Amino acid sequence: MTYIKPSFRHPKAPVNELGWTRQDYEGGLSTLCAGCGHDSISAAIVDACFQLNIEPHKVAKLSGIGCSSKTPAYFLSGSHSFNSVHGRMPSVATGANLANRDLVYLGVSGDGDTASIGLGQFAHGARRNLNMTYIVENNGCYGLTKGQDSATMDTGSVNKKGDRNVSSPMDVARLAIEVGATFVGRSFSGDKEQLVPLIKAALSHRGFALLDVISPCVTFNNHAGSYKSYEYFRSVKEVMPLDFVPVREEITASYASGTTCEVRMHDGSLVRLTKQDSDHDIEDRQSALQAISHYESQGKVLTGLLYIDRDSEELHDVLGTARRPLNSLTEQELCPGSRFLDSINAGLR
Amino acid sequence: MKPTNIKDPEYFHKVVDCQYACPAHTPVPEYIRLIAAERYGEAYMVNWESNVFPGVLGRTCDRPCEPACRRGRVDEEPVAICRLKRVAADNKGDVSAAMPVAPDIKKQGRVALIGAGPASLTVARDLAPLGYEIDLFDDQPLAGGFMRSQIPVFRLPPEVLDEEVGFVLDLGIKQHFRHYVASLGAVLEKDYDAIFVGTGAPRGSDLSIPGREEAGKHIHIGIDWLASVAFEHLSKVGRRVLVLGGGNTAMDCCRTARRLGGEDVKVVVRSERAKMKASPWEIEDAMAEDIPILSNHVPKAFVHEDGQLKGVRFTLVDVVYDADGNRKLVPTGEEVFLEADDVIIAIGQDNAFPWIERDLGLDFGKWDMPIIDPVTFQSTNPRVFFGGDAAFGPENIITAVAHGHQAAISIDRFIRGEDVADRPAPGVTLVSQKMGVHEWSYDSAVSPEDRFPVPHVDKTLALKDRKVEVELGFDRAVAYREAERCLNCDVQTVFITDKCIECDGCVDICPTECINFVPNGDEADLRGRLRMAADEPGQDLYVSEALAQTGRVMVKDENVCLHCGLCAERCPTGAWDMQRFLYQVTKAGRSCNQSTR
Ligand SMILES: Cc1cc2nc3c(=O)[nH]c(=O)nc-3n(C[C@H](O)[C@H](O)[C@H](O)COP(=O)(O)OP(=O)(O)OC[C@H]3O[C@@H](n4cnc5c(N)ncnc54)[C@H](O)[C@@H]3O)c2cc1C
Ligand SMILES: Cc1ncc(C[n+]2csc(CCOP(=O)(O)OP(=O)(O)O)c2C)c(N)n1
Ligand code: SF4
Ligand code: SF4
Ligand code: SF4
Ligand SMILES: [Mg+2]
Repeated sequence: MTYIKPSFRHPKAPVNELGWTRQDYEGGLSTLCAGCGHDSISAAIVDACFQLNIEPHKVAKLSGIGCSSKTPAYFLSGSHSFNSVHGRMPSVATGANLANRDLVYLGVSGDGDTASIGLGQFAHGARRNLNMTYIVENNGCYGLTKGQDSATMDTGSVNKKGDRNVSSPMDVARLAIEVGATFVGRSFSGDKEQLVPLIKAALSHRGFALLDVISPCVTFNNHAGSYKSYEYFRSVKEVMPLDFVPVREEITASYASGTTCEVRMHDGSLVRLTKQDSDHDIEDRQSALQAISHYESQGKVLTGLLYIDRDSEELHDVLGTARRPLNSLTEQELCPGSRFLDSINAGLR
Repeated sequence: MKPTNIKDPEYFHKVVDCQYACPAHTPVPEYIRLIAAERYGEAYMVNWESNVFPGVLGRTCDRPCEPACRRGRVDEEPVAICRLKRVAADNKGDVSAAMPVAPDIKKQGRVALIGAGPASLTVARDLAPLGYEIDLFDDQPLAGGFMRSQIPVFRLPPEVLDEEVGFVLDLGIKQHFRHYVASLGAVLEKDYDAIFVGTGAPRGSDLSIPGREEAGKHIHIGIDWLASVAFEHLSKVGRRVLVLGGGNTAMDCCRTARRLGGEDVKVVVRSERAKMKASPWEIEDAMAEDIPILSNHVPKAFVHEDGQLKGVRFTLVDVVYDADGNRKLVPTGEEVFLEADDVIIAIGQDNAFPWIERDLGLDFGKWDMPIIDPVTFQSTNPRVFFGGDAAFGPENIITAVAHGHQAAISIDRFIRGEDVADRPAPGVTLVSQKMGVHEWSYDSAVSPEDRFPVPHVDKTLALKDRKVEVELGFDRAVAYREAERCLNCDVQTVFITDKCIECDGCVDICPTECINFVPNGDEADLRGRLRMAADEPGQDLYVSEALAQTGRVMVKDENVCLHCGLCAERCPTGAWDMQRFLYQVTKAGRSCNQSTR
């Protein structure tokens, strides 16, 4: 068994604007099962951060418990990291984010960690529009505890033991739209062409960005009859191709209206997408929910950018917090003196 | 692209860059693994089978394998393949039991070999065990050809050469030394079934500029001078020596001169340093012995007084390239005079066949060279075969050996009445290296270490005595670490399309981004569409059949694959397997796929 990835890389491996190679964004060698979709998502995160020229030490990666939640060990080894208790990653992210708004917050979770034990925390993180990217690595089961059905398991899907699931599934994307997330996408671990730009867009979004990424569990949920297997999901996904154009790049082609549309992000970058359904207005909550249902009724799953609210207020705006991270505030600012205390007290009289 | 046919032995052969580049196709990674396992004797025999002179070549080979080595494409320097070969030879122990024996009764036929250099000795080695009676002729007192008369003893100790020449001569070869063959016609009249000409390229080029005759006593032709030193007809040289020429012969001349009393020895070349023909390591070794190299000096005249050489006058030139890239030496107008007591001319070597009559049905072509079939080495007289430097001009030992093997095949087939053009297929095996879930029977981890330098003997000691070998060779511990730098390129990544579920695991883990799943296209299109553009056209793309789920194909750029096996470890279904590929050039008398080990 190889525990160390060779140090050699392609001699022509590109460097990004910071002068760093993709290798600088890698993490430890994964211990997940060979072929796990989660590893592909890690690779997509590496690609996205490399391409976005993000400095790894400006990223805080957070997770809960699960195979998916183990993955922050396998990417961005130069970033801040917090592996919280099961389902509690959103609270830790909230606290960290309030303390230091200058970092890029990237949460990685599973369908169990998010839709079962962590459902409440997840919903409140979305509702508060916490400025973070939240990726659910969705395999329809509890991989780490040997493959029990999770809350996202589709009705009718057969588990490894041969039992058909009768409960109805939780759709985290729908839920996120409902409760107030301002960026919601869905993708597939086996489609990096779509996944990488989607992660880049999510990281560039200001506010709560939820990505529901179907990520087959090769060991417990990749058999015939499973609705979350590589083969099955490939057969039902309806792909909305998309492209991410960073701020600095000149926008060359401009598209006529119709199925192709461009969305200008808050930071000036651009998402260009080809919609499968011209009625789908991705800036309208109801329309997004309708599009999801529309495909579902045809036995399909729509992947791509489902919903975006570009100009929302994130949690810091709502709370009117300090503009600078707490750790950079001096004693003078934190303890401005009795004159200010007096004025506050006066306001309470 | 069409799916790659991995059943074609040449496909994976090409992936083993070193072996492919070796004229004799020595299975390099195979013997390097044996060295790492401290199985030196076996490592030696793997070499001996294919290159006949591992001890000699481990010190002197031109090593075309090293610039080809994959490690050189991902790391600063290639594996020290050549010096590891020497480790096998130095530590082999007694290998006599592994050596073939020649049958006492020789009834296959009679073969004459003219010249006793590496080419002829290889023919002898391949044919003697098959029962051929072999007569070996050479004008020198001992066998070895240029390996003995040209390569200085400080690079190749005579004991090493004697032992390996001995392994061949011991196969019952009839030896006729100090025997100059003055007429091929006369040999043809004897009842030999076949004749092999391995007489090398024995004539050194001269430089006819003013003063050449008058000062001739102290002007020497490089290869003649080296031979005189080798056979101890000459043991001294003047204090100030100029060596003209920039090839390996010049390097051997200047370093020899340093050991024979030359204190102020200079190498002088006509053109730029970068255009020197000598191997970089030979130049390095010469410079380490305080021998400066003067470039852009064109010799104009030997200056002499009363028949006594005084030195050489040179015109300085600028090197200019015209629009078509042709090089021109344009005189700057400046002249330089360099004093010298002796001058050695080492500017090239030619073939010469004064002893071959031109009415033997053996045709000569351009530059008065015999017309030789490049595959069979047969001349236009079907009974006469050529090889080594005699065939296509001066090359090196390993090329002579490779020619010898092929000529032996031809001679054997010719004598048995078979079609000489019908060549035997190589022997190939492809075996999975899987031992357990993630366990391989080869060391798949990639060593990050830099190439280890070979230690040299103390310089003052070396310069005092011509017979002191300069390179000391790796000790076993360093050899192990150097051997671990080998990437095991013969352990092939074999892709089984039906098993792949397109999970991308292999794509994500591959450190050098070799693996891609993409829609098919033609080669040029595919090369541009991969994760990393495949811009080494000499390195093949491995393309699968269309995959079940998406109809895409797997495309692997072989260029910088580390053979680390991570793809196979990461594959959930065993669609990748690491399989050891052994390619053996078939030798005379062996049918295809008959392994020698
Ligand atoms: C100075 C020098 C250094 C070299 N160093 C290296 C090196 O480090 N590594 C390397 O790989 N190569 C080296 N070479 C090249 C290498 O020696 C030759 O390419 C190789 O030896 C050629 O082998 P061969 O069998 O064709 O003939 P040779 O080795 O040239 O042997 C031919 C033999 O035939 C004899 N002969 C010729 N005509 C007749 C005749 N009519 N009758 C009887 N005998 C005859 C010759 O005397 C000679 O002994 C060097 C060459 C020179 C000149
Ligand atoms: C508080 C608590 N309850 C239960 C567990 C057991 N447990 C560990 S991982 C896991 C489910 C993980 O599922 P998911 O988030 O989908 O991750 P996956 O392994 O499928 O990627 C559970 C229930 C736990 N670790 N902690
Ligand atoms: S159990 Fe499933 S989710 Fe966990 S690592 Fe293995 S394949 Fe991935
Ligand atoms: S062996 Fe596999 S993983 Fe390793 S470099 Fe080659 S293709 Fe990549
Ligand atoms: S890891 Fe194996 S199954 Fe997965 S894509 Fe590669 S070859 Fe196919
Ligand atoms: Mg799960």
